[in-house]
Amino acid sequence: MGLLALPMIGLLARVSWSTLGSDLTSPVAVDALRLSLVCSLWATGLSLVLGLPLAWLLARTEFRGKSVVRAITVLPLVLPPVVGGVALLLAFGRAGILGRPLFDWFGIQFTFSTAGVVLAETFVAMPFLIVTVEAALQVMDVRFEEVAASLGAGRWATFRLVTAPMIRSSLVAGAALTWARALGEFGATITFAGDIQGRTQTLPLAVYLALEGNERVAVALSLLLLVISFAVLVALRGRWLGAVRR
Amino acid sequence: MTLTADVEVRLDEFHEDVHLDVTDGEVVAVLGPNGAGKTTLLRALAGVRPLTGGRIVLDGRVLDDPAQGILVPSAQRPCGLVFQEHLLFPHLDAQANVAFGPRRRGASRAEATSVARDLLDRLGVGDIAHQRPGTLSGGQSQRVALARALAIGPRLLLLDEPMAALDVTQRTAVRQLLRSHVGGSGSSCVLVTHDPLDATALADTLVLIDDGRVVQRGTAPEVARRPASQWVAGMMGVNRLEGHVRGGWFDLGAGLAVPVAGAPEGARCAVLAPRDVSVTPYGAGPGSPVARSAATRTEWSTRVTSVQPTGDRVVLGLEYPTGLTADVPAAGPDGSRWDEGMAVTASVDPADVELFEPAPV
Repeated sequence: MGLLALPMIGLLARVSWSTLGSDLTSPVAVDALRLSLVCSLWATGLSLVLGLPLAWLLARTEFRGKSVVRAITVLPLVLPPVVGGVALLLAFGRAGILGRPLFDWFGIQFTFSTAGVVLAETFVAMPFLIVTVEAALQVMDVRFEEVAASLGAGRWATFRLVTAPMIRSSLVAGAALTWARALGEFGATITFAGDIQGRTQTLPLAVYLALEGNERVAVALSLLLLVISFAVLVALRGRWLGAVRR
Repeated sequence: MTLTADVEVRLDEFHEDVHLDVTDGEVVAVLGPNGAGKTTLLRALAGVRPLTGGRIVLDGRVLDDPAQGILVPSAQRPCGLVFQEHLLFPHLDAQANVAFGPRRRGASRAEATSVARDLLDRLGVGDIAHQRPGTLSGGQSQRVALARALAIGPRLLLLDEPMAALDVTQRTAVRQLLRSHVGGSGSSCVLVTHDPLDATALADTLVLIDDGRVVQRGTAPEVARRPASQWVAGMMGVNRLEGHVRGGWFDLGAGLAVPVAGAPEGARCAVLAPRDVSVTPYGAGPGSPVARSAATRTEWSTRVTSVQPTGDRVVLGLEYPTGLTADVPAAGPDGSRWDEGMAVTASVDPADVELFEPAPV
């Protein structure tokens, strides 16, 4: 317990409360904060768009190679983010399998761009959404969907009007986890997208860099991330802190 | 409404092959033990479980025919589905649950709402229209589930164990409700149940299935008078005896025979109501250990193998003939209790033993 709590206490003890306001509004901090918010929200949105259908396929259908697909979708959960970044570089970098034609034909470049940050964050965070939503779909009685179909609802209507509302709390939890993970993403982002202030330098990257020059700002930004993490935890208390929510 | 269905569904180990005919306004009960394939049949008719063989034709329209590659999706079939657990959408109130179907099938919001209100009123649950399913009693949610299925004006109503989740008083009410709303609405109904009481109370025709096959079909009295198997007889609450008629005696083997003057010779079956079997504790009656028959009484000695109380009466399973049950007063003639393993004398009036020719299998 002490091992877990002590670093938090140490962090809080080092916060320079009097300069906290100016530290958090310094150009580096503001840029990083803005970029982090934009990118993590994009990553969450992208995860919903891509992850929900995938979760549905995994939970509701049978197809060849399903176990392989499932393994691939959860792999980023256990993969070191740096390795994820290297993999993304090899796929979407200027010289990558997909990156080269994208750049040559359309001039699209992910490395050193904000889009690259979003891609890296989505890669690392989407599994949280897929895993959470798939579990909820597995638990839900499919006969609710069968009743909806018998009443005249097509697949999309059934999902929108019956399935999604019934797994709402898991959807929200999955999205929150995804967002929190995207917000804290470091390894894959710095490897794949680089570290350019205002373009790819998100909060965790800014913290890491500030540590070497301006420790006060690093601590202030760390505090901000800690508060956000804690807020997510409180918001999801019904799921992990044992509070009954009905 | 006419339904002709040859339902073939092959799952890993299980193979179902059931033929079903339902005519206009008819209520058909599919009766069978758990795992017999009742729910699979219902799901196939509803379109949520595609056939692997056979075909389903409703009013001349092919709904499912794998050989021709036809499969009308569930959403386009005129079938209302009610599950045992009701499965009301928990995030919608009762009225929105009922309005769901009409809305999906193209009605305007106002139309759908008025259909829902009307149905809830007719089923006597108009007052809970704005309550969520979680707050409803079993009987109320059953009515809402039925209203939801009826709201799409189904030609065919499919009910899965409609009574199983209800207590005894609610059952009677819901039986009446189903009776008045199923036959009268011009739609037909297929219900599956493992409860013979529900089946006989609700249905015109019974289809008994076991292990994916039809064992017998007919009206309840027909089936009860000519049970095709020991299992069917058990479901219908009658005894089925197998034996041979020789020289005016129905011979059940092991020295037990019932006089049946004038009956044709050969292998025969008989039905016998459990209430027509009298049982007295061994030695209390005029009997002896061996079977004895006279024109008015056949008696034999046997043992009690099971005791099942049913209120002021008790159903005794007898060792011989195998599987015979007797429905007797809970207290024995001298006030004694019935116990398993008890030696008893059983007797029947030969006139109560109704012979019939077993159907060729």
